[in-house]
Amino acid sequence: MTDKQRDVLLSINDLHVWFELRRLGFGHAGYVKAVDGVTFDLHYGETIAIVGESGCGKSSLMKTILGLNKPTKGSITFDGKQDVGTLEGEALRQYRAKIGYVQQDPFGALAPFMNVQRILEEPLIINGVKDPAERERRVRKVMEEVKLTPVDDFLHKFPHMMSGGQQQRVVIARAIILEPKLVVADEPVSMLDASVRVEILKLLRGLQEKYKLAVIYITHDLSTVRYFSERVFVMYAGNVVEKAPVNSLVHNPKHPYTSALMDATSDPDADNALTYRELPPGEPPSLVNPPSGCRFHPRCPKRIDNLCEVEEPTDLASDDHLVACWLYK
Amino acid sequence: MAQNNNLLRIEDLVLHFGTTRGAVQAVDRVNFSLNANQAVVVLGESGCGKSSLAKAILRLLPRNVVSYSGRVYLDGNDVMQLDEEEFRQNIRWASISMVPQAAMNSLNPVIRVGDQVAEPAIIHLGVSKQEAVSLVKKMFQHVGVPEDFISRYPFELSGGMRQRVAIAMALVTSPNLILLDEPTSALDVLTQASIFNVLKRLKGELGISFILITHDIATSSELADSVAVMYAGQIVETSDAHRFFAEPLHPYSRMLMASVPRLRANTEPEFITGQPPSLLNPPKGCRFADRCPKRFDKCSEEPPVANVDGIQVKCWLYTS
Amino acid sequence: MNTLSKSMRELVRYPSAVIGLVTILFLLAVSAYALITIPYDEATRLWRGGEDVWYQNPKYAAPAWSNYFSDVKQPVSFAVSTKDGSMNKTVEVGAQDTATITVTHSFDYVYDEPPQELILYLDGTFQEKLPFVSVAWITPSGERIRVGDFAVDREMTFRVSQDQKLMKRLKTEDILTALFVEPKSESTEIVKGTYQLEIVAVTFEPNSDIDAEFVLHGTLYGLAGTDHYRRDLMLPLLWGTPIALTFGLLAALGTSLLTMIIAAIGSWYGGWIDELIQRITEINLVLPFLAILIMVGTFYSRSIWVILGVTILLSIFTGAIKSYRAVFMQSKVSPYIEAARAYGTTDRRIIFTYLIPRMIPLLIPALVSSVPSYVFLEASLAVLGLGDPVLPTWGKIIENAFAEGALYRGLYYWVLEPAALLMLTGLGFAMLGFALDRIFNPRLRDI
Repeated sequence: MTDKQRDVLLSINDLHVWFELRRLGFGHAGYVKAVDGVTFDLHYGETIAIVGESGCGKSSLMKTILGLNKPTKGSITFDGKQDVGTLEGEALRQYRAKIGYVQQDPFGALAPFMNVQRILEEPLIINGVKDPAERERRVRKVMEEVKLTPVDDFLHKFPHMMSGGQQQRVVIARAIILEPKLVVADEPVSMLDASVRVEILKLLRGLQEKYKLAVIYITHDLSTVRYFSERVFVMYAGNVVEKAPVNSLVHNPKHPYTSALMDATSDPDADNALTYRELPPGEPPSLVNPPSGCRFHPRCPKRIDNLCEVEEPTDLASDDHLVACWLYK
Repeated sequence: MAQNNNLLRIEDLVLHFGTTRGAVQAVDRVNFSLNANQAVVVLGESGCGKSSLAKAILRLLPRNVVSYSGRVYLDGNDVMQLDEEEFRQNIRWASISMVPQAAMNSLNPVIRVGDQVAEPAIIHLGVSKQEAVSLVKKMFQHVGVPEDFISRYPFELSGGMRQRVAIAMALVTSPNLILLDEPTSALDVLTQASIFNVLKRLKGELGISFILITHDIATSSELADSVAVMYAGQIVETSDAHRFFAEPLHPYSRMLMASVPRLRANTEPEFITGQPPSLLNPPKGCRFADRCPKRFDKCSEEPPVANVDGIQVKCWLYTS
Repeated sequence: MNTLSKSMRELVRYPSAVIGLVTILFLLAVSAYALITIPYDEATRLWRGGEDVWYQNPKYAAPAWSNYFSDVKQPVSFAVSTKDGSMNKTVEVGAQDTATITVTHSFDYVYDEPPQELILYLDGTFQEKLPFVSVAWITPSGERIRVGDFAVDREMTFRVSQDQKLMKRLKTEDILTALFVEPKSESTEIVKGTYQLEIVAVTFEPNSDIDAEFVLHGTLYGLAGTDHYRRDLMLPLLWGTPIALTFGLLAALGTSLLTMIIAAIGSWYGGWIDELIQRITEINLVLPFLAILIMVGTFYSRSIWVILGVTILLSIFTGAIKSYRAVFMQSKVSPYIEAARAYGTTDRRIIFTYLIPRMIPLLIPALVSSVPSYVFLEASLAVLGLGDPVLPTWGKIIENAFAEGALYRGLYYWVLEPAALLMLTGLGFAMLGFALDRIFNPRLRDI
């Protein structure tokens, strides 16, 4: 099934998420333009990775999709039905429950005073599953899915009694227990040990394949994207600068920033110690006052004068490999 | 690896500390050595005792130490014999300094970064304030921090800049050896690469040696001349970087290497089942045995360290 | 339950906790004993006092065990009666409807001082003819002293030391000493030995009867001594314990819980709610706590429940709100709270199910450590004259003691006994609180 044949689950259109900076007392000191014009579609059962460094806006984008932030401009349409930005109160809570959330810090994501059973029951209780037997059945089922077995051993454990990998399994279990169609995973393995990362990523992939989940996988580690996603979006300073199928991106990165990221990612190779890495100078820009035109232009080795700093590029280049860069006009 | 220009040689280093549930054998007879102007990477996952190893080398001991012994030869002299005051003056931060884990978050938030970097110089080198300032400027140059940042506070700097400041702090007393504990684990990929560029430059231009403690195999290859793999308080393999990254010998090292997702290769990473043993009561015999696919009966005894063409491996598979 | 037993085991590793727990358990046992043996109505009735309730006790008597600490042995009070059989009574029927009733009581007197008073309460039952009694005092050496002969009416009181005829007979005004010294000698040394009181009564009607009660007022009484109304101090000491504990615990519990909930609500919702709560707190911090309580007590009501209510009300918005708020603000941004929002939790549920339980380990040591201050508060108010008018409390004892000038008169027991109990309470809770703090706050532990 190609992308075009699958239905669209999530449609993001010119999304802007700006946070107001309040000056002491009254008046504002500007806006942090965390997400500044993002458009994409996510299909049922599709996995995409959003790659970027801290401060690029991927967290804000993710939280807005989850319904934890309100969009400032633009729309998010979920399941063809509602514009998420207009939801309030109970309707908003119901929307939030439709999307699973796997967080970065496995220990912090679990309430330390609740045992596993309680942690997993909470989403069920809140979303109206009143029958305790039904809840227990669903809790046990989801624990089997994430291979937290023997289930009886783990039901009564508290978070601090489990390893990082086990904790993350509980987080994943909690994310899927409401049978969502979309799961957002924010750096799900970056706080885990190297050997456990693979285990968790495999688990996620297995669940994704089994339940045809759509997954948004957010990371700053490019080396895992081949393993876990069909398409990759690269974000920089609030914009998506490149959207491509994963193989296409890895073999043929178009945006200079993507190339920089790829160059900076190491594979284990002793020759790495012999050379310096070429890096774009400077640091990611402030989101309060982003550079004019293309936001990467101050650091870009391939900058075209009088163009890149003036106009903001839109999606260019071929069919499914889109890049926001004037080099590809 | 143990040649005449041995900068550091550690023999049988032991650090056990006591808790209400018994003694934690964090560092259990560790041996390795390091030549001048070389970098050794101590690879291990959480709970293997690598941070305790750093503390053991620098004698930054907690209050509940149960046993602490071994020999640490720095330029041929056993520094374990020195008393506390001598160690503090001549070794700690004078010959060996450290950039601890999450150093960028442990900068004092109410003191300017310039003053924080100057402090070790003033204490250990006894320089005056003005001399210290010029020293700080030189350090900032080495690590790539703009000079005008001297009067800034930590919160005004990005994570990468703060880490550079922490490295400058370790560098200011011109030590021969710097210990780095997970220097880039909380940083972005571009910042990570820039920090490694700084470390490479320090190694190349100033001739400093490094002990890099990390669990990130991929980035460790950026600096490593040799690799020591730590598991459950013990070193299980010591090898030079080229041979190690090409093909490690110890089953644990192999499985660890196989679990790294690679950007440029199309391999499917493998994971290691099970969990590392608790350091409270490590198992008898080979500590990796119950997770090892190549386990056989001899493994119930503790394996000796075998020498395979210069590579030290603590495994029965390599003992003839 | 598992975690409870684990915490208990953790707790007993600290000697301070063990001492604290033992002290508190002791106080609880005393409270239970007081509540069971003397029900509330009985206690208030006794405390209200009156001639008929406490007449058997002397005033200002120190505890009986003071004799252990002094070379000069003071006389201990006692009372015996024919009505409960503690005095021997024999009836001998005589001729023509007469009867002779003999009541005797012998006792050992081993003290160095004469008693404060000897009282005979005689109760005659008759229709027209009064019975006639003859009272005699027999010393250890066998000497018989005629104390008095008189007719007995219904409910008559005979105070030995006040009788004029006896004074003339003994040729001295100090009857009590005279009864206890070597007769016909000049020495004032008390003779120790067995003394006997003999009452011989003659009745003239068939159903006539007398009952007698003999009370010796020494200078010592019972386990705790007596006060100016002759009340046994054991009553307020015993009963004061449950009152003090209840007040302290309720105040501490009520204040801590409400403070925590308000801090949680303020920090979760932020905005004007938070601002309002902070401003109320700041104003409340400036208000003079004790002065307001005094005003309430003086102008409105001294009932202990009213005082408790006002105490809690004024104590909720204290500086503790700010420290709880600081912790809540941190917890608010925890990942697990964010996760809870992400699966659709309501604000109310987040506050009560996710934030507040996180705070309970911080709450418990603070709660336990704050109990003594409320106990002392109640006692202080009582000392100032604003204690509950009906209830026997420790503070009330101290108030009475000061009003009667106890320290000036050397009646140290009156102040020391309630003070000791107050200190014990403070010590017990404080020690337990310290130990709990070390358990719940891992950074304070040794390892």
